[in-house]
Amino acid sequence: MECAADAQSLISMSLMKIHNSRTQRGGIKLHKNLLVSYVLRNARQVYIKEKYAEIYRMQQYEEVMTVCNEIQELDPLQLDAEDAGGEEQAPPVRAACCGGGEEESGPCEPACVHRGAALHVRATSTLLGCSPFEDGGKEPEPSDYRSCCMEAPAPPAAHFDHFSSAADSSSSGGGHCNKTTVLDLDTHVVTTVENGYLHQDCCCGAAQGAQSPAKKRKVEFGCCASDAEEVSDFTAARKRAKREDSSPPFCSLDYTDTSNISNLISIFGSGFSGLLSRQADLEQICSKQALASLGAWTRAIVAF
Amino acid sequence: MAGPGGDMQWCFSQVKGAIDDDVAEADIISTVEFNHTGELLATGDKGGRVVIFQQEIENKNLPQFRSEYNVYSTFQSHEPEFDYLKSLEIEEKINKIRWLPQKNAAQFLLSTNDKTIKLWKISERDKRPEGYNLKEEDGRYKDPNTITALRVPVLIPMDLMVEASPRRVFANAHTYHINSISVNSDNETYLSADDLRVNLWNLEITDRSFNIVDIKPANMEELTEVITAAEFHPHQCNTFVYSSSKGTIRLCDMRASALCDKHSKLFEEPEDPSNRSFFSEIISSISDVKFSHNGRYMMTRDYLSVKIWDLNMENRPVETYQVHEYLRSKLCSLYENDCIFDKFECCWNGNDSVVMTGSYNNFFRMFDRGHRRDVTLEASRENSKPMQVLKPRKVCAGGKRKKDEISVDSLDFNKKILHTAWHPQDNIIAVATTNNLYIFQDKVN
Repeated sequence: MECAADAQSLISMSLMKIHNSRTQRGGIKLHKNLLVSYVLRNARQVYIKEKYAEIYRMQQYEEVMTVCNEIQELDPLQLDAEDAGGEEQAPPVRAACCGGGEEESGPCEPACVHRGAALHVRATSTLLGCSPFEDGGKEPEPSDYRSCCMEAPAPPAAHFDHFSSAADSSSSGGGHCNKTTVLDLDTHVVTTVENGYLHQDCCCGAAQGAQSPAKKRKVEFGCCASDAEEVSDFTAARKRAKREDSSPPFCSLDYTDTSNISNLISIFGSGFSGLLSRQADLEQICSKQALASLGAWTRAIVAF
Repeated sequence: MAGPGGDMQWCFSQVKGAIDDDVAEADIISTVEFNHTGELLATGDKGGRVVIFQQEIENKNLPQFRSEYNVYSTFQSHEPEFDYLKSLEIEEKINKIRWLPQKNAAQFLLSTNDKTIKLWKISERDKRPEGYNLKEEDGRYKDPNTITALRVPVLIPMDLMVEASPRRVFANAHTYHINSISVNSDNETYLSADDLRVNLWNLEITDRSFNIVDIKPANMEELTEVITAAEFHPHQCNTFVYSSSKGTIRLCDMRASALCDKHSKLFEEPEDPSNRSFFSEIISSISDVKFSHNGRYMMTRDYLSVKIWDLNMENRPVETYQVHEYLRSKLCSLYENDCIFDKFECCWNGNDSVVMTGSYNNFFRMFDRGHRRDVTLEASRENSKPMQVLKPRKVCAGGKRKKDEISVDSLDFNKKILHTAWHPQDNIIAVATTNNLYIFQDKVN
């Protein structure tokens, strides 16, 4: 396998190919774009691993130093109640392990990673605009989360800041790249993907139109909905899934089939920020860098 | 390389097409196919035209016979179209041509672009009627009252005229791009395959077709593979196969059910984990599948290899031939220049003992199954003196390059041979470079 540096150029190359395919004569070639999406997924996986390893190495050192200094000031209630299940354990664990000095970096890992996971959930859900639907009491103290990672080199933290602001803008509706219209060539059903949530604009006599919104709702992890009741169900379900699933630290949210393929529609739609909204923080970092040169999409019609 | 009766030596016979280095896009050859007797050779191009060559057979039994193919008919099969509803342009490029077995004096072939299949009748006219007394000299009809005698016209010979007329147009059945057509051995039906579906047609009926395979997922976001090629079994009219972008081949029996979504057999070779790379999915995608003439085997082509499968064994191919393994370390550059998406075809010789496929630098490869030998030959204007024997070529993968070898880095990836065809009975092959058609024959034919 090539190294992470090649992975990044492969990501850019793949995105450029997908971008160019829109204007190629004869229409979008399904086969070729499917293959390109596989390369994209593979490159992304390698890049994430490399980036994570790199950041983790940097964080390890910083964490040891920071935590040892912070042991006295640490307040368990800093951590959000939402992810309290795993997190309440974290401070004592950290305190215990860090008492042993810098060498004991091993046990610190889960703690840092759990906080990272919590941060991941927070950042991702904010990006999706979920914050308006959550209890006020659960509103995060972002600065506290960042205290760990802020010590790390600038890029990750800078991106967290960036994503928060991007999230704010998108949740307020002024954000970029949050809407895509998808046309099913067979049924002529037009679907709109909004921040990862699918709903249908119109249905040209297709019987499945009635079922599809519910079905699509189930597979989409997007929690923003016009129906407030469903929202709380969704957020609750997601949070449950997150808590149960906390051991693999960077386990993605519970959505279907992402281990298999970068979904074509979400790549084509949402102006490539679809890639951002579905990934962990570090994925967002590398994708953002890769996408920096491509410019923003406002609305795209994708025919498949 | 030994064939029946001694070593095969391939000689240049003819080359068709423009000599210009500057290739017009419309002239790019997109398909090559011999008819069932080998007398006719059809090519399709990106401009939607079909050119049919006919073999001179008068001197076939003489020694030193040099088979010559001359232009027989040329016609515009498909035109560019625009689908206004979906805002899509439909290319006129001919994706596939398939001949029908001959039933009468006329010849029939199916040609297809991305969306529409057409049945063409190619007929000869070498006589015309003469002697009518119904018209004036300038062509106006005479006043019937002035005609006093009944004159029966006489057929007189004329210069041969070959006419191509579209007899059927099979349209509006495919949402995605058609990649294959295959005529059934029952000579009544044929199949057409696009990325997600396979349809069954009756040659006489154009306003409807049966969908027999549909792999479109309910949610397109769950799409993981597409259909890349499909073909009917040469003898069993109920059996067909289709290959996928994941490197699998499914054999289906139409007697089992109307919808053949459930395969009867699944041919798949487990991936070698040591070869895993970013591009594993791309290079395992099958670009062509062909049954052997005897119907016992099938051959598949993926980016780097040709595999022969026994229809009775699903878990691995019986033979694997590496076409250009030296490209495995170059996959990243080939991805960058899009060459990794090239779809190479493959073909069997008449008695299924040799298989052939194309490569880059205008090289093509032949694998002799019986004698376990392979050869690399080149189609180039430099080797195009009449009956000039083709010298085997060799690519140097690494290390010290020997004399007459070509290093991988000097291969021209713009010169690719995607389409080849082998005469059904004789050792005559048609090899298409970008815009030229080369015909080679065995010296001892």
